[in-house]
Amino acid sequence: MKPAFSVIFLTTLIGAAQGLLIALTAGQMYAGGQSGGFFALGAALALALLCLGLVASVFHLANPQRGWRAAARWRTSWLSREVILIPALSALAFLYAVIHAFGWAPVLVRLGNGAAIDLPLALGLLTTLASLALFVCTGMIYACVRFIRQWASGWTVVNYLLMGLASGFTLAAAYARLQDSLLSGFMSGAAVWLTLLALAARAFQLWRNTTGAPCSTLKSAIGVHHAQIRQITQGFMGSSFNTVEFTAPGGAETVRGLSAFFLAVGFVAPVALLLAGMPVLAFLCQYVGLLAERWVFFADADHVQNLYYQAKG
Amino acid sequence: MTKKQLALVIDLNVCVGCHACVTSCKEWNTSGWAGPLPDVNPYGADPNGVFFNRVQTYECGTFPNTETIHFPKSCLHCEEPPCVPVCPTGASYKRDEDGIVLVDYDKCIGCKYCSWSCPYGAREFDPVQGVMKKCTLCVDRIYDQTIEAERRKPACVLACPAGARIFGDINDPESEAARAIRDNGGFPLMPEWGTRPANHYLPRRKTTTTLHPDQLTRVDNPLKAEGETPRPAFTTPTIDGVSSW
Ligand code: SF4
Ligand code: SF4
Ligand code: SF4
Repeated sequence: MKPAFSVIFLTTLIGAAQGLLIALTAGQMYAGGQSGGFFALGAALALALLCLGLVASVFHLANPQRGWRAAARWRTSWLSREVILIPALSALAFLYAVIHAFGWAPVLVRLGNGAAIDLPLALGLLTTLASLALFVCTGMIYACVRFIRQWASGWTVVNYLLMGLASGFTLAAAYARLQDSLLSGFMSGAAVWLTLLALAARAFQLWRNTTGAPCSTLKSAIGVHHAQIRQITQGFMGSSFNTVEFTAPGGAETVRGLSAFFLAVGFVAPVALLLAGMPVLAFLCQYVGLLAERWVFFADADHVQNLYYQAKG
Repeated sequence: MTKKQLALVIDLNVCVGCHACVTSCKEWNTSGWAGPLPDVNPYGADPNGVFFNRVQTYECGTFPNTETIHFPKSCLHCEEPPCVPVCPTGASYKRDEDGIVLVDYDKCIGCKYCSWSCPYGAREFDPVQGVMKKCTLCVDRIYDQTIEAERRKPACVLACPAGARIFGDINDPESEAARAIRDNGGFPLMPEWGTRPANHYLPRRKTTTTLHPDQLTRVDNPLKAEGETPRPAFTTPTIDGVSSW
């Protein structure tokens, strides 16, 4: 598939934002129900990333002025669900930032063991839930495309989740360091583990994709039961949507090179930088790595329709 | 009663790969409801254009024992179209009344997601209007009351000089299309995906005759065997009046 920069930026930006929101809630619970400016500013940062992601997504649409229509088919389309969840999560992040900024913490429920759930915690949990749901939607947009073997598995969802969490916690670690927050250590530690986990899952998917067999062949594509079939011409000598949208520039060489690059820059180096106590650099490095990862995610995907477009002429 | 499902049945044994359906489809649709079908850089080194129908050519076997297959391909108007439910706007839809899969160009936002969910590569994006396009089964022709009844057929069907394209309701057992599928072993493309394409293809058929040696030598030609019949008189009446002598 042709990697679209709009989607590469959209998914990496909102992934980091969702991870950051989850990290903030986790930090809030870890710190024993803290509230205040640290969380407010953090949520504002996440909100900014979400908005940047939305801006990037607009570039993906040929008719963005009708973008609102994309919320119509949430019953059947994961893309529609994502389109609804991004603004919903943005609204939650905004609320989260506001109540932390003003320090509103009325107790909502008191549990049997005496623990209290106050508004910031409830909102944090809600934001976490929405972020997780958004990870599922984003992952499923790709995982439900049955005709791309490399995408059509649960691992796609797992990877979107883990890579988003990893970059979000790394961002939270960088942010905590810059704010001199006590949560800095907690965030760094979690970021290291999540990045390692994401590395394992993504590396597994890479390996899995190199070993699988294609589901369809030219035999069933044209319904001729012959052991040797080749295309003489795809029917035109130029190009078409089908020869551009479904192929990546650069070919297999680029995919291999960038795969090694993103494994190193997106996962290994950030872990080293986090352990060395340089979370800001770790986040920047990881973000660049994840951009390359997303490029490979698209470029590595081979669509069934390519069976019909093999020979110019 | 099964639902009406209009479709094309394409006979691979008849198609000669002349691309008449391609050009007539382009002509009809670029000037009609679905148009224009833009061509980017049409006279340059790498032209890129929107077509609803493509004729491809495949070859089987090893030279000299090869077989050439011309293979026209357009949207198959699947009965379980995977391209429809994924559309976030509802712009892609399948009509209840005749099973045609269409795109509403006023709703489409051009996200291209539907094209990812078509295994046949049947959808082509219009970069000028910014919407997804595909074969409409000539919906703006087949119901047009101003066209004489027997020409209310898709442009590609009318154009095919070999008669390789049949149009009809495949769920009506009496239709020419359904009969062609039934009688000639019509098959769908990539049935493994469960898309149930409405368009069907008729297989290549081998045409052979068996000759026995005795058929090669003349054993029974009582009248015309050389030298056996006397030349008729010039005035003898003959069937056509001229050819006897
Ligand atoms: S051929 Fe492709 S575009 Fe046409 S209905 Fe089937 S899946 Fe949809
Ligand atoms: S490109 Fe248009 S028709 Fe296709 S999924 Fe997007 S909105 Fe729907
Ligand atoms: S039915 Fe009409 S739109 Fe479809 S391929 Fe034939 S001419 Fe083109």
